[in-house]
Amino acid sequence: MNFELSEEQQILVDSVQRFVQNDSTVERFRKMRETERAWEPAMWARMGEMGWLSVPFPEAHGGFGGSFMDLALILEQLGRGLVPEPIIPSVVLAGGLISRLGSEEQRDRFLLPMIEGRSSLALAYAERQSRYDLADCLTRAEASGGAYRLSGEKTWVLNGHAADHIVVVARTSGDQLEATGLSLFVLDADTPGLSITRVNGMDGQRTGRLELDGVEVDTDRLLGPADAALAPLEWAIDRAAAAACAEGQGIVQELFERTVSYLKQREQFGVPIGSFQALQHRAADMFAEVELCKSCMILAAIQADAEDPEERAAEISAAKFQLTQGGWFVQSNAIQLHGGIGITDEQDEGLFFKRLRVLQGLFGDADHHSDRFQGLDGFDAEARQL
Amino acid sequence: MDMSFSSEQLAFRDEVREWIAGAMPDEMKRKADDGAVFENTESLAWHRILHEKGWVAPDWPVEVGGPGWDSARRFIFQEELLRANTPALSPFGLTMVGPLLIQYGSEEQQQRFLPPILSGEEIWCQGYSEPNAGSDLAALQLRAEKDGDDYVLNGQKTWTTYAQYADWIFLLCRTSSEGKRQEGISFLLADVKNTPGITVKPFLTTGGTYAFSETWFKDARVPQRYRVGPENGGWSMAKALLGHERTAIGGVSESGRWLQTLKRIARETPVGRGTLLDDPAFRRRIARLEMRHRAVSMVNLRTLAAAELGRAPGAESSILKLVGTEIFQEITELCMDALGHDSLGWIDSDPVALPERERFVASQFNYLRATTIYGGSNEVQRNVIAKQILGLPSAPPARKAS
Repeated sequence: MNFELSEEQQILVDSVQRFVQNDSTVERFRKMRETERAWEPAMWARMGEMGWLSVPFPEAHGGFGGSFMDLALILEQLGRGLVPEPIIPSVVLAGGLISRLGSEEQRDRFLLPMIEGRSSLALAYAERQSRYDLADCLTRAEASGGAYRLSGEKTWVLNGHAADHIVVVARTSGDQLEATGLSLFVLDADTPGLSITRVNGMDGQRTGRLELDGVEVDTDRLLGPADAALAPLEWAIDRAAAAACAEGQGIVQELFERTVSYLKQREQFGVPIGSFQALQHRAADMFAEVELCKSCMILAAIQADAEDPEERAAEISAAKFQLTQGGWFVQSNAIQLHGGIGITDEQDEGLFFKRLRVLQGLFGDADHHSDRFQGLDGFDAEARQL
Repeated sequence: MDMSFSSEQLAFRDEVREWIAGAMPDEMKRKADDGAVFENTESLAWHRILHEKGWVAPDWPVEVGGPGWDSARRFIFQEELLRANTPALSPFGLTMVGPLLIQYGSEEQQQRFLPPILSGEEIWCQGYSEPNAGSDLAALQLRAEKDGDDYVLNGQKTWTTYAQYADWIFLLCRTSSEGKRQEGISFLLADVKNTPGITVKPFLTTGGTYAFSETWFKDARVPQRYRVGPENGGWSMAKALLGHERTAIGGVSESGRWLQTLKRIARETPVGRGTLLDDPAFRRRIARLEMRHRAVSMVNLRTLAAAELGRAPGAESSILKLVGTEIFQEITELCMDALGHDSLGWIDSDPVALPERERFVASQFNYLRATTIYGGSNEVQRNVIAKQILGLPSAPPARKAS
């Protein structure tokens, strides 16, 4: 057992930290949220040059061959600056699936340009009625003469407003809720019949709502085997949940540190408010939640690389649950302890609060992960073991 | 970062597991499987079995009788003990005063006291709290006055856990009332059973067991050579000792065992045509606790892994007592809910009418209210985190109403 950062990981963390401090402070995020895209292609290209977008991909796919933990460490630091570039949708979701399932030709065409920071990606999986059920899919892809015709609607497509290519989940067979019958297709954003509406997020980031009206794609756009997309989709969403825990960790930590320093500096009744025991105990409880989140995030990042879906699901659900419950304790109290100033837009705390709330609602909320956890085989096995 | 054990460590785990299975007497095994509570005599019997094997004091250095394990092996060993649900040993000698004597005791004290702690011939208890010195421990008033080669003790200790079974007590007493309160305290070792003037009276706890005692001292004479550390230097002894108990007291592994008991209860509790474990709402409640338990277990692992690298416990270790005890309580609360009516019985009922486990759950549920109080109440833990880790300023002195 060893939870220390390796020398290479420490160097990586230091370089991302410097990047956030020098080039991507919250001030840059404030400027970005006023723009349509809400992130900068030039900055994306720089991330590509620095190799951050290549981290979790095998060397044979043009990647760095790093661990998910390496990527998590990057995201944790980026969270501290609210860096808005679309790493989770491009690298973890769509990129992950293309690397895992794609042919060499598909990788060269869709993955490599993204790794180099020349294009960005998105994954369209959620629908109005699906909530967090990945099998629930009404969008259909009908095979017809060497091509597929896709029809349906996708919501909350992260980076869907700006992506060059979008991986779309569609049903090639089966009914709405069936586990088999899902397939993945890589679409160009400008494919005829595909219309994309920009939806602005609470966190100042952007998403897309997709309408597919008989969109025609060649069979070479099918990603992986037909009818079998659910397992890889679960894998990708699990990793995205672990990524959300990593970015969220940076935010939780940032909110906590800002609150502790505010408690030391803000005076009322002639003394720093941090000298009041009621607030000290609140801060101590916040600290406990921060440390629990940190521990869970480490476990989730380790398990994100695991091949055993059961263990992966257990740790990642536990981590997402903790980010949602424990993280909420930290963020709600961060605002409360700042008082009125905490709900002004000019203060950064509210921006962190909103981004964290979005991360909590993505890839499964606390109820979803509680239920998934109790549905795992191991949950009942333990009860039988004794 | 790496969560896995090496093949040597795994082989060690198998060795320990096999040995425990062979070493536990049958009756002890039966009780362990039932999740029942062990009597003090069973705890002592298990102590002797471990001592014979040389495994009773995993944390002690080899020179004084430890097995010479690194922290990974100690961790594995503890996990295996919990897995088999072996009786808990009295911690006051093995993990509290023993390590303190190894660190600060005189040669004579070490030779006199360490061997019987190891063998289980002498059991210890702790004399810290007093009726007017709980969270404010430095307010303690048990007086120790020098007379010839002895100290003469007068006063009272309370919450002296299992003093009724103890042969010796380590205690904090007041040897000076000058200067700062903390600087007039000494650390003494006293023979509870054979010193005239020391009397012990156990409290019946709400758990229905006799866990804590009151201990009185009336002109009780304790030789000065049984003082550990310098006179008036007892406060730093107490702080050093506290360092030894910090991680253990969160009960993270023990509560993990209870989590499994909870599931077993739910699986064996009939509801309608199925069991409580079929109820999605109840499963969700268990799941939430189990996920939270995973989180605190990982904090525990991080603390242990840091110790293995020779690093001082990090800030994360300070939350183990606070969070660990609260989760432990919540697990027993859920065990009560799981048992429904059967949780409401009491331990003096007919054992056929009310099986052992049901009675044990109610007793533990009540007794475990103590975990957030002892070892520094959780409110004190929060004070410590706020001041020592977060660096928040001290509270202003209370203003008198004008």
